Amino acid sequence: MGSAAGKNYINEFAGLKSWFTSLDHKRIAILYMISVLTFFLVGGIMALLIRAELFSPGGQFLTGDSYNQVLTYHGAIMVFMVIIPGIPAIFGNFFLPLHIGAKDVAFPRLNLASWYVFMFGAALAVSTMFTSKIDTGWTFYTPYSIKTGTAVVTMVLAAFVMGMSSILTGLNFIVTTHKLRAPGMTMGRIPLFVWAIYSTAILQVLATPILGITLLLLAAERIFGVGIFDPALGGDPVLFQHFFWFYSHPAVYIMILPAMGIISELITTYSKKTIFGYTAIAYSSIGIAAVSFFVWGHHMYVSGQSEVAGVIFSFLTMLVGVPTAIKMFNWLATLYKGSITFDSPMLYALGFMFLFAIGGVTGIMLATLGLDVHFHDTYFVVAHFHYVMVGGTLMALVGAFYYWWPKMFGKMFSETYARLSFVFIFVGFNVTFFPQFVLGAMGMPRRYFDYIAPYESLNKISTVGSWLIGIGFFIVLFNLIHSLLKGAKAPDNPWGSKTLEWTVQSPPTHHNFDHDPVVTAGPYEYR
Amino acid sequence: MKWMTFISMVWASVAQANTKTSFMPPAATEIAGQVDNLYAFLLWASLIACVILIGGMIFFAMKYRRKSANDKTAYITHNTFLEFLWSFIPLVIFLFVFGWGWYIYHQMRAMPKEALEVHVYGKQWAWEFVYKSGKASTNEFVVPVNTPVKLIMTSKDVLHSFYIPSMRIKQDVVPGKYSALWFESEKLGDFHVFCTEFCGAAHSLMLGRMKVVSQADYEAWLQENDEGLTLVQRGAKLHNDKGCVACHSVDGSVKVGPTWKGIWGATHQFVDGGSALVDEAYIRESILEPNKHIVKGYPAAMPSYQGQLTEEQLNAMIEYIKTLK
Ligand code: HEC
Ligand SMILES: [Cu+2]
Ligand SMILES: [Cu+2]
Repeated sequence: MGSAAGKNYINEFAGLKSWFTSLDHKRIAILYMISVLTFFLVGGIMALLIRAELFSPGGQFLTGDSYNQVLTYHGAIMVFMVIIPGIPAIFGNFFLPLHIGAKDVAFPRLNLASWYVFMFGAALAVSTMFTSKIDTGWTFYTPYSIKTGTAVVTMVLAAFVMGMSSILTGLNFIVTTHKLRAPGMTMGRIPLFVWAIYSTAILQVLATPILGITLLLLAAERIFGVGIFDPALGGDPVLFQHFFWFYSHPAVYIMILPAMGIISELITTYSKKTIFGYTAIAYSSIGIAAVSFFVWGHHMYVSGQSEVAGVIFSFLTMLVGVPTAIKMFNWLATLYKGSITFDSPMLYALGFMFLFAIGGVTGIMLATLGLDVHFHDTYFVVAHFHYVMVGGTLMALVGAFYYWWPKMFGKMFSETYARLSFVFIFVGFNVTFFPQFVLGAMGMPRRYFDYIAPYESLNKISTVGSWLIGIGFFIVLFNLIHSLLKGAKAPDNPWGSKTLEWTVQSPPTHHNFDHDPVVTAGPYEYR
Repeated sequence: MKWMTFISMVWASVAQANTKTSFMPPAATEIAGQVDNLYAFLLWASLIACVILIGGMIFFAMKYRRKSANDKTAYITHNTFLEFLWSFIPLVIFLFVFGWGWYIYHQMRAMPKEALEVHVYGKQWAWEFVYKSGKASTNEFVVPVNTPVKLIMTSKDVLHSFYIPSMRIKQDVVPGKYSALWFESEKLGDFHVFCTEFCGAAHSLMLGRMKVVSQADYEAWLQENDEGLTLVQRGAKLHNDKGCVACHSVDGSVKVGPTWKGIWGATHQFVDGGSALVDEAYIRESILEPNKHIVKGYPAAMPSYQGQLTEEQLNAMIEYIKTLK
C-alpha cells in the first residue's frame, strides 16, 4: 500500500528538532522508547551489581551503604522509569491510535508534554546519583526515609513529577479510546491491547494522585518537620505504608495489564485463531483494575494492622486471583485447534504464560494469611514479583518489540538471534529467580547485603543466572540495532495479523491511514 | 472450625514427607507445623495448576503446530460452561485456602493469657531483650522450652521486623508503638532471629541468636552475671551486648566499620589527612567521640557511646581489642 513518495513518519521530517517538537504519537513513542531503554540499561546494570555482590556472603566490592543505594536505584528506576511507563508509553502511544483507526491521540500536545515532564522527573531522579544518593529502597518507608541523610526529597519529587506524566498519558489514552475510534469500531471490536491500555489508564489517573500526595507529605515532613509519619514528631509510620500501597498495589496492575494485552495480540496472531473469550478478557481487565484498589493491605499483614483488616485484604486478594486465572485459561483455549508457529514473539508469549503461571500460584501463597507471615519480606517475595514483573511484563515487552518492530521501523530482524535471545533470557531468568523461592522458604530476608552460610550455594546459582539474562538482553539490543542498519525491508503485514495497524504501510505515514478505515468486524477475524 | 483441624491432620502426614523437600527450616512450634501443612497443600495445588496451564500450553503448541501457511483454524469465540468452570473452581480453591490461612493466622494473633513476657527493643542494629527479673541481653535470646512466650516489642529508631524462621512468625517493630508476638517452642536448640524490615547499612547484620533451653537452664541463665569473668572475657561479651558486633568484626572481615583484628598498635589514616597510633587513648576517643576522627575508607556511621559505658567497661573493651591479633 506504500504511498507514492515513499514517505513515512520517520523520513517525513528531518533533524533532531523535528523529533523533539513532534506531536506525532509515533515519534513520541520513539522518544519514550529511547529513554526507557536507556534507563533499563542503567537499572539492569544495578541488578547485575546486586547479584555480583551477593555471589558470596560478606562484603565483596560494595559496603552496606553502597549496596543499599544500588538496590534502591535498581528498584526505583525499574519501577518508575521502566516498567510503569514502558508498555503504555512506547507501544500504547504507537499502536493505540493505529489500533482504533485514529490519526493520533486525542491531545497530541499533551502527549509531547508528558514526555518532557517524564524526562524532567527522570533527570531529577538521576541527579541524586551525583549528590548524596538515596538508600531507602523504592518504597521510601518512614521513619527511615525521614532520618536518613540521603537525597530523599529530590527523589520523592522526581517520583511525583514522573507520576504527573503518567496521569497525563492515562488521561490522553482514556479520551482517545472513547472519542477517536473509527466508524464501526465499537467498544466490542477494539483489540484487547486497547482494552488493557484503557484499564491501565484508568488506574493511572485514579491511583497516581495518591502517590503524589503521599510523597509531598513526606517531603513536607522532611523539610518543615511537620509530624505526619515520624513518631518522634507525633506521626504514624504505618500510615505511610497504607498511603504508599494504596497507590503501589494498583501500580502492580499498571505494570502487568498492558503486558496481558500484548499477550492476547501475540497469541491470536501466531495461532492464527480468534481469541477465546474476548468479552471475558476485556472485562477481567476492568475487574482487576477495580478490585486492585482494595487489596493494598496484603503488603501489611505483619505491619501491625488489625487481624480484621488482614482478613478482609486476604479475602479480596483471593478475588483478584480469579480474573487473572480467567485470562490464563482463555489464552490456553485460544491455542486449542490453532495453527501455531514459534516465531520469536510467540516464544516470548509462551514464555510469559510459563512464568506468569508460576508467578500467579506463588501470589496465592503470599495472599494466604498464615503463610505470608513466614514469607513476607523474604526472598520468596522477591522471586514472586520478579516472576510477575520480569517474567511477565518484560517478557511481553521484548515480545512486543519483536512483534511490532517491522511495523515501527520497516525492517526485519534476525529470527535466529531473536530465538537465541529468548533461550538466554528464559533459561537465565529461571536460574536466577527460582532458587530465590527456595531461599525465601529457608527464611532469607530481602534487601540483605550479607547472609548466613547455608544460603550461599543458591545465591551463587542465582548470580550465574543473572549473567545469562544479561547476555540475552544484549543479544536483543544487538539484534534490533543490527536490523535498523542492515535489516531486510519489512512487508506491511509479516505475521498475517488482523488488527488495523497491519493494514497500513511499514513504517506508517505521518497520518497513519491514507483513507479513514471503516470497521465492520471484530479484531481477530481468522476464518 | 473443627473440620479444619481434621484436614490439617490429614495433611500432617503429607507434610511430614514434604518438610524434607520444601526447604522450610525445621518447624519448632505446633503452629509452625500447621503452616507447613498449608504450604504442602499449596505446593501440591500449585504443581497441579502449573501442570494444567504449562503442560496444556506445551501440549497444544505441539499438537497444533502450523502445518501449512493456509491452515484453517476453528472459529471458537467462547464457551460459557468452560468459562464458568475455570472461574468457579479457582474461586472455590482460593476461598478454601483463604479460610485455612485465616485459621492459622488467628492462632498466631490470639495471645495466650499465661505467658512468659519478654520486652524486645529493635534498634540500629541490634536486638535487646529485657526480662521481668531485670536481666537484659543483646542479640542473645534465651527462652524455656514448652512455655508460651510473649514478646512485647518496640523500636528505638526506625522500623524493624522480628522474624524467627523456625517458628514461622514475624512482626514489624515500630517506633512509638507496641507490637506483640507469641510462640511456644517444642524443640530445644539454637535458632536464627532476623530483621526483615529494611533499616539501613547493617540491616543484614542485625542477627539474633535464640536459644531454647530447659526450664532449669533458663533459671540458671537468668542468674548469670559478669562476676568471675576476666577483663578480656567481659570485653568480648560487651562487643556483643553493646551491639558493636553489628559494625565491627573480630575476624578481619569488613562490616560497616573497620574490623578490630590487628588494629592494636597499627597507625590509622583519617579522611581529613591526619593519622594516629591505635592505643588506649585512641580507642577510648573512638568510642566516646567517634566522629572526631573518621577512619579513611569508612562512613561517619558510628554513634557515640558517651555515658553508656562505665570506665570498667571501657577498659574491658580495650583489653579485649588488644588480644585480637
Ligand atoms: C553503626 C555502626 C557502628 C557501631 C554500632 C559501632 N561502631 Fe565503631 N566504628 C564504626 C565506623 C563506621 C567506624 C569508622 C569511622 C570512624 O572512625 O568513625 C568505627 C570506628 C571505631 C573504632 C576505630 C577503629 C579503627 O580502626 O581506627 C573503634 C575503636 C570503634 N569503632 C569501637 C566501637 C565500639 C567499642 C563499639 C560498641 C560499643 C562500636 N564501635 C560500635 C561503626 C560502628
Ligand atoms: Cu499488592
Ligand atoms: Cu532491618
